[in-house]
Amino acid sequence: MNFPVKIAQEDLAARAARVSAIAAEHADSVDFEGRFPHEAVEAMRAERLLGVQIPRHFGGEGATIAQIAELCSMLGQACAAAAMVFAMHHIKLCSLVEHGGESEWHRAFMLRVAAEQLLVASATTEGGIGGNLRNSICAIEVDRDICRLEKDATVISYGSHADAIMVTSRAHATAASSDQVLTVFLKEQYTLEKTHTWDTLGMRGTCSDGFLFKGEAAAEQILPKPFAEIAAQSMLASSHLLWSSVWYGIAVDAVGRAQAFVRAAARKSPGTPPPGALRLAEVSNLLQMVRSNVVAGLKAYEDARSDADKLSSMGFAVTMNNVKIASSETILEIVNHVMLICGIMGYKNGTPFSVGRHLRDAHSAQLMISNDRILGNTSSMLLVHKQDTSLLG
Amino acid sequence: MNTTIRELLVKFGKLPVSVDQVADDADLYAVGLTSFASVQLMLGIEEAFDIEFPDNLLNRKSFASIAAIARTVDQIKDSRKVA
Repeated sequence: MNFPVKIAQEDLAARAARVSAIAAEHADSVDFEGRFPHEAVEAMRAERLLGVQIPRHFGGEGATIAQIAELCSMLGQACAAAAMVFAMHHIKLCSLVEHGGESEWHRAFMLRVAAEQLLVASATTEGGIGGNLRNSICAIEVDRDICRLEKDATVISYGSHADAIMVTSRAHATAASSDQVLTVFLKEQYTLEKTHTWDTLGMRGTCSDGFLFKGEAAAEQILPKPFAEIAAQSMLASSHLLWSSVWYGIAVDAVGRAQAFVRAAARKSPGTPPPGALRLAEVSNLLQMVRSNVVAGLKAYEDARSDADKLSSMGFAVTMNNVKIASSETILEIVNHVMLICGIMGYKNGTPFSVGRHLRDAHSAQLMISNDRILGNTSSMLLVHKQDTSLLG
Repeated sequence: MNTTIRELLVKFGKLPVSVDQVADDADLYAVGLTSFASVQLMLGIEEAFDIEFPDNLLNRKSFASIAAIARTVDQIKDSRKVA
């Protein structure tokens, strides 16, 4: 029974490997020029990776979050920006697949995403909300079967390159700031006026510019569930797990470079342990911890997935928050260690051991949803949540 | 019990609307209960009713409305009688 599944996974891995090769080739120019990773995203389309998460009966391949996470890690080893675009697209699809199945419009949209390999972006950030995506200022206006929305979206990653954007807003003009909905707008249904340019330390290729978003669409394009539930039941977990998988990929590639450096030194002077060898052992330990953490998080998600109560429980939210905190902090330590191992060859750009891009990209991890905000959220939950004392959960 | 819950909601809920205007079955999150305020509310309820919420009841559903909170508190009190 496992045989066909294995074949499918191998097939998926082979397709992702071809995309990774293309992404790796262009990673430095994407980073240097701060441009969208067109080549990698075109390759994702050609290998039909943008629709893999869509269920089979809607034309996709029904890939699980664990399978997507593996692809994120593979791509992260090649080009973190391209991998992050892939991850963010699939975080949106996760919400669509989990919460859109009961609406005719969203079912048809899933068919289109799979058939046409549409790239889906997200607009949850807004000027004035202080980075808390569970609050909106803008409100969607529903006029019979039409909805209209204007949003000062200070960040829409790859907004200019997307085929559709999923936008949060208050549910109606008098709704509380936390009473939100999520609406899918197709490219021809909105205009974007650029307000901020994404010129950053790392993750430069995600092109997360700010825009004034103005859209008008059919009212049925509003997802038929409160955003609070979507956020708790699909977005929280898929974001932390897929982001962490990309970050793990960055760390894997950096450690690979450190290992190559230490091996080269060992070959030059056989018999004497090379200077970075002990640090390499330390960094391999840290890398394994990140991997275990992400894998445990993926398992927790698979276990909770069929149970809406479990998915929106505090225990689950604490687990996912911890996955994000640990992976985002540890990868910085890993890449920094790698820099110490490779020395000036790691610090310099353009050597086989360069990790400057990795270090800069890795710095984004603590900030995309600030770790301080996440720790604050966890600390408030720990006032009432009792920890699970079992080892295996 | 609903009166006590309402008093606690006034004290900890930090709702943008008056608690008097919130029906027993109204969705508290829709009227503006934040996740931070909901934790403060839970703490207040634990103290007022001398109970502890088990982890399987610490989810959105248990705290979705005043009626839901009352049901959750009842459920915990009942399970204590059995034990």
